[in-house]
Amino acid sequence: MKLTRKEFLRLSAAAVVAAGSGTLARAFDRKEAAPAPAKADAKVRLGMAIDLKKCGEAPGCEKCLTACRLAHNVPQIPNPAHAVKWIWEEPRQRVFPLEDGDYARRNFPEKLPVLCNHCTHPSCVKVCPTQATWKRPDGVVMMDYHRCIGCRYCMAACPYGSRSFNFEDPRPHLEKVNPAYPTRTIGVVEKCNFCEERLADGQLPACVAACPQQALTFGDLNDEEGALRRLLANRFALQRRPELGNGPSIFYLI
Amino acid sequence: MRDKVLIYAGLLLVLILLTYPVWQGLAGRTVSAGPQLPQLAKGKHCVAPVTVMKKAHMQLLMAWRQGKVRHQQDHYTAYDGTRYRVSLTGTCLAQCHGNKEDFCERCHAYAGVAPLDCWGCHTSPAKAMAKTPGAAQEAQ
Repeated sequence: MKLTRKEFLRLSAAAVVAAGSGTLARAFDRKEAAPAPAKADAKVRLGMAIDLKKCGEAPGCEKCLTACRLAHNVPQIPNPAHAVKWIWEEPRQRVFPLEDGDYARRNFPEKLPVLCNHCTHPSCVKVCPTQATWKRPDGVVMMDYHRCIGCRYCMAACPYGSRSFNFEDPRPHLEKVNPAYPTRTIGVVEKCNFCEERLADGQLPACVAACPQQALTFGDLNDEEGALRRLLANRFALQRRPELGNGPSIFYLI
Repeated sequence: MRDKVLIYAGLLLVLILLTYPVWQGLAGRTVSAGPQLPQLAKGKHCVAPVTVMKKAHMQLLMAWRQGKVRHQQDHYTAYDGTRYRVSLTGTCLAQCHGNKEDFCERCHAYAGVAPLDCWGCHTSPAKAMAKTPGAAQEAQ
């Protein structure tokens, strides 16, 4: 069988149309389908408010720190360069360096509890080369220790120092291993996980549940009727370094 | 035929070398039977049939890990409809298989398969406690 030039051209044109028809059909489909309106109100953004008035009423109380340490097998390493921190205390000047005015600083206790801010735009997530850290739809910035290669980019990226590297085996520094939660191993980065394992069981985070002053309020920041939003509407609330644009989900009430 | 002795000696040497593993096995009184794993308590069975678990426990563990850590799938529905909590220490070991020394490591050692290093982070119930539950009760 011999093809004439006319037939060859006709066949080629038909082949091109056939190959492109899928794309064309999809392009028309997209135009017709109206974009589904984003349900902003249905999205959950978990956050926390720390009432510094209530917290300051019990100086020296470390119940939230201890509860977290026991729940997650966080080691106590004496060498400060190797310390592993999930929730810990920082001096006021280091948490809010700009709120150091003569009288304004009296509104703060000398030491403030700090933890991972579970940012809206977490810089740690952006830099992670292995997707070992990512943001869950409910706002929790999660860590997958299986995937962490220990490059520590996230530690450099986090403006709040909320991430710690396991420079040494953490197990010798644990008084007692809690069998309900794994430990970490040398060479991975770890941080506060907003007690996602307790949230899955419908429990509050360990620090929130342990606070005798009820200074910590946990909830959905997008729930306008929720306790958290009511607190934020009625009290003066600070985020750490909001100018950086990370959008922390931890609020300090003064 | 002057090299008769040398040739037979050489053949014998080769024969001994070839059959060496047999003699070694006989001398060490090893048996080729795999480790006898402890029977599960009555009414208890695994999250999948034993044949499946023997072949594909690694895939199941990996699916559990991915599901739990990355997709918030905290429960697993088994083939018979039973719901299990996804947990290596809490479900696999604590509920049925005891501890890693008696369960995971015996088979892996027998098969000569190096497992992934789970135990750098995950904890295994203590060996003595799991082995003699009676002793633990007496101590209380």
